[in-house]
Amino acid sequence: MSGAADMNRNRALDWALVAYIVLAYAFVFAPIAASFVFSFNSDRFPSIPLGEFSLDWYRAIATDPLVWEGARNTLMVGVIVGVVSTLLGFGAAYTDYRYKFAGKQVYLALALLPPTIPVIILGLAMLAYLSRVNLSGNALSVIISHVVVCAPFAMAIIRLRLSQMDPALEPAAWNLGASEWMAMRHVIVPFCAPAILGALFITMAVSFDEFAVAWFVSGLNETLPVKVLGFLQGQVSPRINAIGTFVFILSMTLVILAQLLLSGRGAKSAERE
Amino acid sequence: MSRDTLVSFEGVVKSFGNFVAVQRLDFEIKKGEFLAIMGSSGCGKTTTLRMLAGLEAPTEGVIRLSGKPINDLPTWSRDTPMVWQSLALFPFLNVRENVEFALKMRGVGKAERRRRAEQWLDRMQITEFAERNISQLSGGQRQRVALARSLVVEPEILLLDEPLSALDAALKVRMQSVLKNLQRETGITFVYVTHSQSEAFSMADRVVIMSRGNIEQIGTPQEIYRTPKTRFVADFLGSSNVFTGTLQRGSAGSGIEISTSVGRFDLDLPNNSNPLGQSATLTVLDTKTQLSHTRPAGANAVPVRMIGEEFVGATATIYLETSDGQEMRVQKGHQELAELDLEIGQSLFAWWRKEDGHLIASS
Repeated sequence: MSGAADMNRNRALDWALVAYIVLAYAFVFAPIAASFVFSFNSDRFPSIPLGEFSLDWYRAIATDPLVWEGARNTLMVGVIVGVVSTLLGFGAAYTDYRYKFAGKQVYLALALLPPTIPVIILGLAMLAYLSRVNLSGNALSVIISHVVVCAPFAMAIIRLRLSQMDPALEPAAWNLGASEWMAMRHVIVPFCAPAILGALFITMAVSFDEFAVAWFVSGLNETLPVKVLGFLQGQVSPRINAIGTFVFILSMTLVILAQLLLSGRGAKSAERE
Repeated sequence: MSRDTLVSFEGVVKSFGNFVAVQRLDFEIKKGEFLAIMGSSGCGKTTTLRMLAGLEAPTEGVIRLSGKPINDLPTWSRDTPMVWQSLALFPFLNVRENVEFALKMRGVGKAERRRRAEQWLDRMQITEFAERNISQLSGGQRQRVALARSLVVEPEILLLDEPLSALDAALKVRMQSVLKNLQRETGITFVYVTHSQSEAFSMADRVVIMSRGNIEQIGTPQEIYRTPKTRFVADFLGSSNVFTGTLQRGSAGSGIEISTSVGRFDLDLPNNSNPLGQSATLTVLDTKTQLSHTRPAGANAVPVRMIGEEFVGATATIYLETSDGQEMRVQKGHQELAELDLEIGQSLFAWWRKEDGHLIASS
């Protein structure tokens, strides 16, 4: 808020903007913060004033084999989805970067379409299709469905990075004796490395949080968000707050890692290796 | 094709869809020469260079390198490294790794790679920056890295695509002498694409001037400067006064003259082979054009009006207008101008000796 251009700024407007941002964030994060606070509250029902500080609910989920099973499923699905989506996203982004072909606009629109489809529709469609090919109700079906949802995110992230690349970089590598595969390995991938890692973390985070599609196709191999719904249907338990906090921290860690990689500073240090 | 030919373009055409970027190139690049290809943007100079590098495929014709056709050779199998306009240094590698890149791609072992890179780092005086990141280098240092990276494979030919265009004027001049010396010392053939006349003329042994996908003239800088072959070249260089007219027998009964809208001028053509009545263009260098207050006897003179003056350093450019509105320019030293005591709007005579005129036969 200081600097040479101070005389060109309206202090009242500056403060109004700061207040606006604070309110916007409060609106977004208040429910999550509440869930976080109540997860450490000894009371059975979320109410003010708070009871004592307690780790009971964490203890409860840590000893619940169903939660562990859900966490295992979530983690396994998330890692596989992250890797597969990033590979697919990279391929799609590179195709867009490198080649000109008829129908490219259609190709791009289709590649970026899945996240815009309502998840209920997508989940139903996945269930109908996967059960027809005998793939529904297991972890593989969740993986396939999540890749469909996540790959466009990976593509968008990597595509952005490729658009920042000097278009002469790849031909320069060829001109210096690198075949197309060598240029891919020694120039394209290192240049995109921060975005590739970022895409990996973001797609994992999306998979961890995704509920609706997983609910339709997971069958007995429920992921954690699906388990949470199970809890909710049975009883209102503060264990949900504890699980929520856990999933939130995990996802935020991944998203923050991705942000660090994709921001200028992270990208630069990764470039240096 | 002679023994000292390194590259030959034989009927090379390049079109992109309906757009013909290069019309029909037939020319040769000699071993060890510094060749500049000059023209304004879109004239086909960069396309020509990219075809030689193997980054564009000719639509028609053959390009030979050391006698062998290279049309079907991918760029990574040719030894035609290029220095890019953007330099295209790899930002995720440090200086040394950038210089070693081509050797690594060719499967040269680590120790050998390092040794050869070291030589070029040393030669380009960038050894102290070897471990630095590209983003930490100045413009001039980046140029040197780009040169080292291309030359480390010790090619027979180096292609340069306007590499100096991003530098400021002083650094540009310094890099020009670096490039010229490097070329002389290594004996590597340089092909240098530029739109800048000063870069082409100060470095090149021969200059190719291109326009709309055609070669207008190939020659030494002096030849092109003194005796432009086409009207386009004269206009492009902008250092001559240009008159068009028709050839006819001299009014004194002997010799040849050209009749233009601003007067008839004697030509110094003892062995004229151009038919009389043909249209032709006369060019006179602005440094060879003189000014006076009275009509000089025995010289070609045009009555003009002074319309402006521009300071260019050691000389000044005087802008003049002929009776039919054509612009003329004269370059003069400051002392001579002071003696002439000029004023804007003044009526003067621009004149030249007939041997300073140069005739372009058919325009």
